[in-house]
Amino acid sequence: MATGVKPRVKVPKSAAAGDTITIKTLISHKMESGQRKDDDGNVIPRSIINRFTADFNGQNVIDVTLEPAISTNPYFQFEAVVPESGEFTFTWYDDDGDVYETTKKISVS
Amino acid sequence: MRTTFSIATALILAAGTGLAQDSNSLSIEGEPMVTEVAAPAHMENVDTIYSGWRFRSQETQALETDDFENPAMVFVDKGIDLFDKVEGSEGKACSSCHEDVADFAGLRTTLPRVEDGELVTMENLVNECRTERMGAEPWKWSGGQMTAVTALIGLQSRGMPVNVAIDGEAAPFWEKGKELYYTKVGQLQMACSNCHEDNYGVMIRADHLSQGQINGFPTYRLKNAKLNSAHGRFKGCMKNIRATPYKEGGEEFLALELYLASRGQGLSVETPSVRN
Amino acid sequence: MDLTRRKILAIGSGTFALASLTGLPAFANQTEEAIAALTGGAEIGEGVITIDAPEIAENGNTVPISVDAPGAAQVTLYADGNPLPAVATFTFGPLSASRSASTRIRLAGTQNVIAIAKMEDGTFQKAQANVKVTIGGCGG
Repeated sequence: MATGVKPRVKVPKSAAAGDTITIKTLISHKMESGQRKDDDGNVIPRSIINRFTADFNGQNVIDVTLEPAISTNPYFQFEAVVPESGEFTFTWYDDDGDVYETTKKISVS
Repeated sequence: MRTTFSIATALILAAGTGLAQDSNSLSIEGEPMVTEVAAPAHMENVDTIYSGWRFRSQETQALETDDFENPAMVFVDKGIDLFDKVEGSEGKACSSCHEDVADFAGLRTTLPRVEDGELVTMENLVNECRTERMGAEPWKWSGGQMTAVTALIGLQSRGMPVNVAIDGEAAPFWEKGKELYYTKVGQLQMACSNCHEDNYGVMIRADHLSQGQINGFPTYRLKNAKLNSAHGRFKGCMKNIRATPYKEGGEEFLALELYLASRGQGLSVETPSVRN
Repeated sequence: MDLTRRKILAIGSGTFALASLTGLPAFANQTEEAIAALTGGAEIGEGVITIDAPEIAENGNTVPISVDAPGAAQVTLYADGNPLPAVATFTFGPLSASRSASTRIRLAGTQNVIAIAKMEDGTFQKAQANVKVTIGGCGG
């Protein structure tokens, strides 16, 4: 596991059915681009988060493919519609095979 | 469909306006910060002091106004985990003694300060707890664990004015810091004052020179995408003027930290700030 | 230390000179090829989607970018002056509200950020923004 990877997400606690809500996510990750060299001139191998997904009650909101041009500590902001109360699942996929997941509940009235 | 789109557009516009806040006034999470105030009496050559936030571009400024947009906060989250983590021979965590980190409100504003005849700052206090009370290894001065915890503790004082003591037993340390500030060093023969007092607001290549205030440390720099300690930043400045840096946590940088803090008396603590 | 730094400077100015001579960002052709591969050579319209980026970025390491693409199924971002032009692809799911997203990206220098949207009807739309990346003051 890449060391010190920690996700943060911001989702409103409640919303009205059919409302558009704004979601923000960030995960601490160095996003080593594979373009840099160390002091001895050797290429530092690429090690990035290559995919991020947000789902709500099993339905997809957004699916992002990340390239090395995404900054350290990848940040995304996007919008979702929530038809009912439920749970968001946010998933980050690391080049090294690790998967980081976090969930957030929202109550819809 | 149409309604959805126009709502979306309105939201984006609203977000846009949120970002475009008046670049002269900083509010973080709605709480106003003092980024400009009359210079303290001891400063002979400057009338008004400004937070480094004032010298940044609108996009960089915006990152500090919201605790989610601020990338430093993910390190504060790590600091919370570290604060509760039991380490060392005594089986204690920070939180074993300091139940509520919010009790540290105000601490940042008074550091560095003299304790038992020695000038100490936040990193010293953290490591003293680790070695004396927890029986744990001290953390590296500018390492990720230390900066995460000093950011967390410093955050408790956010919005409070910098207020370090410079008289009494602090006076000799402050005098030493002042001397360092005005002493030319390195191959380029420059003192702190040459950039940060004589030329703040002026471009250095494509960048605005600030007054070198330290009210937002540890600070998240876009340049290296991590939290940076004040002493780490001092080191960077010294390398840039081709000088051999003093040691992080050494008596020179501690004295300099006190003097610089005193040049920011009255500015709000912005820890953890965002800079380029 | 000094040697390395000089080498870096030399390489940097060489790349810059080449880019200035051709009048195109260094990796523009790669970007055109990537876009052609994405669209299969289909015509690309303009004016429907928008991209929001700072005119001048204070640090190329973290440049905020937003794209608003009403009616898009998917948006791909390219940076035509980066060694690898692809930046990210956003695929919008059934619960996506607006077809918009924001992120923070790395730009190796002054260049164009290009968004290509594949619309729900299968057509393509484009938006582009030029971002000037400045050189930091202290040590870059």
